[in-house]
Amino acid sequence: MSSLVEISCVVNGTPTRLAVPPETSALALLRDHLGLSGTKYGCGEGECGACTILVDGVSVNSCLMFAVDFDGRTVTTIEGLAVDRASDPLRQAFVEKGGVQCGFCTPGMVVQSRHVLDKHPNAGPDEVKRGLEGNLCRCTGYKKIVEAVITAAAAQSAAE
Amino acid sequence: MNAPQHASLIGQRIPKMDAPEKVAGKTRYIQDLNLPGQLYGLILRTERVHARIVSIDTSAAKALPGVRAVLTAADVPIHPIGVNKDNPPLKGDKVRCERDEVAAVAADSLEIAQAAIKLIKVEYEDLPPIFDPRDSIKDGAPVIHAAKPDNVAMAFDYAHGDVERGEAESDVVVEDEFTLHRVTHCCMGVSGVIADFEPVSGNLTLYSNTQVPFLHKREFAEVLGMDPSRIRIIQPPIGGGFGSKLDIYPFEPIAVYLAKATRRPVKLIFTREEEFIASPTRQPAIIRLRSGAKKDGTLTFRTVDVLLDNGGYTSWGATIPFVMMQTFSSLYRVPHCRYHTKAVYTNNPFAGSFRGYGNLQATFAIEQQMDKMADALGIEPYEFRLKNAQNAGEVTGQGMHFKTCGFQDCLETAAGRSGFVEKRKALGAAKGLSGVRRGVGMASMLHVGGGAKIYPSDGCGTILKLDDFGHVTIMTGASEIGQGSETVLAQLVCEELGVPMSAVTVVNNDTDITPWDVGVHASRTTFIAGNSAIGAARKAKDKILAAAATVSNMKAEEMDLKGGNIVRASDGEKVMPLAKMLRQLHFSDKAELVMTTNYYEPPSVHQDKGFKGDVSAAYAWATQVVEVEVDTDTGIVKLLKVWAAHDVGRVLNEMGIEGQIEGGIIMGQGYALCEDMPVVEGHLVNPAFRDYKLITAPEIPEMDISFIETMDGEGPQGAKGVGEAPSICMAAAVANAIENATGVRIASLPFTPERVYSALKGRPL
Repeated sequence: MSSLVEISCVVNGTPTRLAVPPETSALALLRDHLGLSGTKYGCGEGECGACTILVDGVSVNSCLMFAVDFDGRTVTTIEGLAVDRASDPLRQAFVEKGGVQCGFCTPGMVVQSRHVLDKHPNAGPDEVKRGLEGNLCRCTGYKKIVEAVITAAAAQSAAE
Repeated sequence: MNAPQHASLIGQRIPKMDAPEKVAGKTRYIQDLNLPGQLYGLILRTERVHARIVSIDTSAAKALPGVRAVLTAADVPIHPIGVNKDNPPLKGDKVRCERDEVAAVAADSLEIAQAAIKLIKVEYEDLPPIFDPRDSIKDGAPVIHAAKPDNVAMAFDYAHGDVERGEAESDVVVEDEFTLHRVTHCCMGVSGVIADFEPVSGNLTLYSNTQVPFLHKREFAEVLGMDPSRIRIIQPPIGGGFGSKLDIYPFEPIAVYLAKATRRPVKLIFTREEEFIASPTRQPAIIRLRSGAKKDGTLTFRTVDVLLDNGGYTSWGATIPFVMMQTFSSLYRVPHCRYHTKAVYTNNPFAGSFRGYGNLQATFAIEQQMDKMADALGIEPYEFRLKNAQNAGEVTGQGMHFKTCGFQDCLETAAGRSGFVEKRKALGAAKGLSGVRRGVGMASMLHVGGGAKIYPSDGCGTILKLDDFGHVTIMTGASEIGQGSETVLAQLVCEELGVPMSAVTVVNNDTDITPWDVGVHASRTTFIAGNSAIGAARKAKDKILAAAATVSNMKAEEMDLKGGNIVRASDGEKVMPLAKMLRQLHFSDKAELVMTTNYYEPPSVHQDKGFKGDVSAAYAWATQVVEVEVDTDTGIVKLLKVWAAHDVGRVLNEMGIEGQIEGGIIMGQGYALCEDMPVVEGHLVNPAFRDYKLITAPEIPEMDISFIETMDGEGPQGAKGVGEAPSICMAAAVANAIENATGVRIASLPFTPERVYSALKGRPL
């Protein structure tokens, strides 16, 4: 077996030291070693967005990233956003606006939406749609997801 | 003091009950489940498309450390699966398409299983292949299944009236051939199963994504040679269904064989590439349609000849001709109709069940031809449709009885809201082959909306219980696949029992607990499971109010359940809290719990041998109008807006039903514009999202959705099924809109830039 590489990173607010095989993807590390199964495998080649996470606040397809590249970075997954009070309005909006059906794309959608709102706090429909272009959903037809993110943007700016 | 008013839950925008968990990433799909001691299963698929298996050498794979079992057909009982029993889970004698399973491995890790698969050596002797379904029925064609020497997997013939007479009465006759392509479900959650076999008790627990747990259990018992009562199916939340989970597929029995061989749980999960190669597709079809009409616009006859590419094996999806024939025979009033369909074997990937079940193909043909015929008659296509549209009360040639029918309302609403007639006229006057052109197109559909009596029973069971605190548990046979059935069932029960949504739990995922249901298909769950749940709730309510009558000075029929209380029906005045009544019943000398059961069987009938009969308890209707922009220099078609009017019986959950319709429209948009699975010499060219294009967020059109509420007498609170309806019209409507914009009619799908550009230049692909 390959030798392990020692890394240290912050995962969902917790400083973490890990020894990981160099060929392991970030997605596999999160799901198989850290028990963070909210991040989903949808395609394994960066085309569907189900595995979206935030690395230093920027959205990344975790299936395309090596786990060793977490070294020195701050990683946020859906489990991190689930306990993040600042993201309550976003998750709430997905529920109340009907942005969820089978739910498999949902964690990636929520994480990507967090990224879109961080970049564009007053995002309108076009910015949201463009921001979610890399996240596939087969159930909803996207309309209610877009409405949810716009609702969350409004709730966020009202709270500020 | 006035008694509190309790608003009805029906028609409200109720969020899905499972959404809070889903947005938090807490929902555990099959991929997220792991059992102690589990092994990882993997399948070796053939790369040949039609070949005799000469030998399989598994010795090197078996010798690899960490490999616990390597199986081939020689190691397992031969029990073919599928509706024609033509698909052995592991292939022993020959392979017939590129997804064929020739060996399987269970190992301590996925990496070891992957290494082992590479060590298996298979020797083949190629056989002459068939790729074009038209070749498959030629004299002397290679035989794909010895049991079907003519290569016809299934054939369907239907007729009413006398088409020769109808043709003689026609002033105009139009004939066309339409060609439809292959697409697939693309569920975001890939396929998978965990098989857990306990050798001492003989119990098998399957963690499965199936949409039809009870039919699955029965078929598994047959395939595995097991007592069905020893099989328990647990369904984790499902990452998308759309019909893809109506069949047993080879990977499922293979996981059980591996679990039996190793006496360990085996988890087998597809990669996305495998999902594209080895899951079912929509049927590619060649449809020849000939129809006639009188000068006044009255339809006279139709003859239909359909050739379906079945692929190498036969899934339930091969029965889509049942649904196609309904559209041909009964969407419009047609006095004379003759229909023939063959599903033929080829060495292509095999087709299966997919939302709409043949109706996208049938509607594409019929609704394009309606426009063509209207042009030939010099009648506005909207008026032509209106003239021939079914009405409530009619019984069609096929025996379908439309007790409620919102078709004409759908036509009027979609046309009215879109300004269809004026717009079509203005855009048509400006049609042309240069620059960017706009067009509008219309299409309508008929689909079952009250179940479909195909299986001996089309029913669903419910067990309902209330605890000492007024909490309700609904155990239903109906599966939740993301469509929101559990939320609607809870709503319907809350409405009867006067309790809030927070007082309900729905259990719908375990065949050892839930009562029988035929499965999630045919847009039936809200209708059938809904009626079943309402019946169980009414029995509970009767029991509670009868008990309340013994402790109050009112009769049972003078009371009702509202806001968590027993109330006086006349003015809503509180009599006593529901929970208090439940405890009194429980802890009295009589000691009773409120637990009820109900089995609902819809009042539909099985079709006779000629496919005639009122097969559904209700029928759903829709009209969709689309507006497109066609760039004639590039062939790019942009979908700008969709006006959708749907006869849904009654809206139960406004947000849920909008979600179904919006999602269906976008799925239909993908079918029309960009999704395609080119198969070259039996091999799928694009098994990845990079090259299989799904619609993304920036491409969605504006959507204007109208609900036509016909209040169906048999529907739960008046509702009909809607799950499949919204995707059915889109391709036909887009085709008609392209014609309106450019004057060019394209009879094959999908409308990719290449196909549209070629057609506009007079060189159709």
